[in-house]
Amino acid sequence: MTVSAQKKPALTVNGLVKTFDVSAPWLNRVIERKPRQFVQAVNDIAFTVPAGGCLSIVGESGCGKSTVARLVTGLHKASAGEIRFAPGRAGAPLSAQMIFQDPYASLNPRWRVKNIIAEPLRELKLRDTAAEVIERVEELLLTVGLSASDGEKFPHEFSGGQRQRISIARALASEPEFLVCDEPTSALDVSVQAQVLNLMRRLQDELGLTYLFISHDMSVVRHMSDRIAVMYLGRIVEEGDTEELFARPRHPYTQLLLQTIPNITSPRRDRELAAGEVPSPLKPPSGCTFHPRCPIATARCSAEVPAVRTLANGTRVACHLAIDEPASA
Amino acid sequence: MGEAEKAVIDVRNLQVEFPGRRATVTPLSDISLSIRAGEILGVVGESGAGKSMTGLAIQGLLERPGRISGGEIWLGNRRIDTLDDRAMEQIRGREIGAIFQDPLTSLNPLFTVGSQLTETIRLHLSMGKVEARARAVQLLRDVGIPAPEERVDHYPHQFSGGMRQRVVIALALSASPKLIIADEPTTALDVSIQAQIISLLRRLCKEKQTAVMLVTHDMGVIAEAADRVAVMYAGRLIEIGPVEQVLHAPRHPYTQGLMASIPSLGARVEKLNQIDGSMPRLDAIPAGCAFNPRCVSVGPRCLRERPELIAVGDGANACWLNAGGTA
Ligand SMILES: Nc1ncnc2c1ncn2[C@@H]1O[C@H](COP(=O)(O)OP(=O)(O)OP(=O)(O)O)[C@@H](O)[C@H]1O
Ligand SMILES: Nc1ncnc2c1ncn2[C@@H]1O[C@H](COP(=O)(O)OP(=O)(O)O)[C@@H](O)[C@H]1O
Ligand code: SF4
Ligand code: SF4
Ligand SMILES: [Mg+2]
Ligand SMILES: [Mg+2]
Repeated sequence: MTVSAQKKPALTVNGLVKTFDVSAPWLNRVIERKPRQFVQAVNDIAFTVPAGGCLSIVGESGCGKSTVARLVTGLHKASAGEIRFAPGRAGAPLSAQMIFQDPYASLNPRWRVKNIIAEPLRELKLRDTAAEVIERVEELLLTVGLSASDGEKFPHEFSGGQRQRISIARALASEPEFLVCDEPTSALDVSVQAQVLNLMRRLQDELGLTYLFISHDMSVVRHMSDRIAVMYLGRIVEEGDTEELFARPRHPYTQLLLQTIPNITSPRRDRELAAGEVPSPLKPPSGCTFHPRCPIATARCSAEVPAVRTLANGTRVACHLAIDEPASA
Repeated sequence: MGEAEKAVIDVRNLQVEFPGRRATVTPLSDISLSIRAGEILGVVGESGAGKSMTGLAIQGLLERPGRISGGEIWLGNRRIDTLDDRAMEQIRGREIGAIFQDPLTSLNPLFTVGSQLTETIRLHLSMGKVEARARAVQLLRDVGIPAPEERVDHYPHQFSGGMRQRVVIALALSASPKLIIADEPTTALDVSIQAQIISLLRRLCKEKQTAVMLVTHDMGVIAEAADRVAVMYAGRLIEIGPVEQVLHAPRHPYTQGLMASIPSLGARVEKLNQIDGSMPRLDAIPAGCAFNPRCVSVGPRCLRERPELIAVGDGANACWLNAGGTA
């Protein structure tokens, strides 16, 4: 058992489902005789996030990562399932804040930075006087590595990395114990990404934060997380301890993901890949949705949805053929 | 350089400026690079460093009032930076193919993939309809599209993102150009698809002996695709050399910092190496070495004099530390 798995969960998610109605407008459906159409963006997923730890969700575009983030923070209403936060320091359930991918779109361009950060303080009446609000804003700016005078500026006066610091300061304003970070560094250059990731790790230690971290970059995920959940077409196909998952990926999709990441230290320059295409979430394949791309699929795979099994090392995997011993890959 | 004869594209001391009402900015200064047939040159750097602008300048696609204000661009034995718009139009597509980040911007949604391919082929090569269509099918086969005889009659929206990017590559290849400029061709794609596109680009480059300029900010892509790498910072080339050297034994402090800041897939560290500060804006580039406010090795000379690109071993870099003197 790893240390992280022994910790009490800060967040428990069970049987979570989110269905979007993506039907054509009613009139078109009637005229063109089209049926209603639904996307199962999140399909019966379960996970826990250890208190003070970091669980990352990885997967390809459209697999449902952001939808999970939005469900957890209450920006979407779940179609079914349970999202339960443990009690926080004050006894009430933990409050979660969200940091978004695009530091350009998520800050109001017409507001001074100090007002952007002060908004949650004023909204939730977290400070009594104007002077206290100003003091807290300055403290937050310093916490994220900006200077107090930066509060007077507007978002456009900052670089991408600095704007992401401002988003983090705003998210921290309401003193959350849980942060949901949806691709917080995907829009940033690598050198700037390192600054923001270092800041996030430092804040986690200093403030005892718990992270649900979303990314499609496996090296970033490896750096940040204690546990990793791999999603494919709305389902979690494998979830396990970070080091285990990298050393011994059990699900064929996780193996594919790890094989295909361009690797700086050991580049594979002459490979020829036939990794297939990501299927449409509107018409997911039958049985195991990965079967059209899976190199070891059998007849059973296209007929039967694999159940999630827990292996001896604590990894959970949804594959008919995944075996409970070190893979010989 | 003796190899200069074999260069498909040879850019010498290129400078680009944008005259403005208040001041003129110079997004590119003193860029010199060349690419040989069958070679992939990766171009890396932070956003705003000038990667795309270099590609656009070569293609004669600078937005007005931007202009080439210095240097020369040679395509084989022909100088092309002095050509007029009509002559450049002939060269684009015929001799220089382009692949951009978003495949949808290069494809017309209203026409089948086949009609777009045949049109481009017939525009540049004197071919009849039947012959051009056969070539279109062959190109789709070359880029790995299954059942190309059927696919040729499909519309772009009927393809997935990865397949559309393959079609764009087929389009760029349609007139067998000598040079392909690919600007972030895999950034909009998923990792598993990205790997397919990289290996495709590499295979086609080698088979068809095309010179490829691959612009990206993804070092993993560079490691797997490029033969040589050029690193840009604040509108200048600061290091260029063979891929193994630049990625694993970088000589310029910026490249060193950049490489060290990438989280590793192999092992986990407590804290990533970070380069403090950010790249200066074009209107606030410091005197001396543009990297000096962020450089851990900065010395007095760096604040006064700008280091030129100097050949060291089989690469070159612009840093006083490597110029034989002291910083
Ligand atoms: N508001 C919505 N209405 C309809 N469909 C939606 C909506 N939001 C998401 N979807 C669909 O749900 C699926 C999952 O989307 P989601 O945004 O969660 O993906 P993601 O994993 O975050 O992808 P990316 O890596 O591209 O951000 C997709 O098929 C998407 O088209
Ligand atoms: N139309 C323009 N007018 C003035 N400056 C521009 C224009 N387009 C780009 N620039 C500037 O030129 C520099 C290089 O841009 P670009 O080549 O697009 O960078 P990269 O591709 O490396 O991200 C940037 O500082 C950018 O702001
Ligand atoms: S269940 Fe079958 S198709 Fe799905 S991943 Fe496992 S082996 Fe492959
Ligand atoms: S020239 Fe000086 S400031 Fe510039 S990179 Fe070299 S040591 Fe650093
Ligand atoms: Mg998303
Ligand atoms: Mg660019």
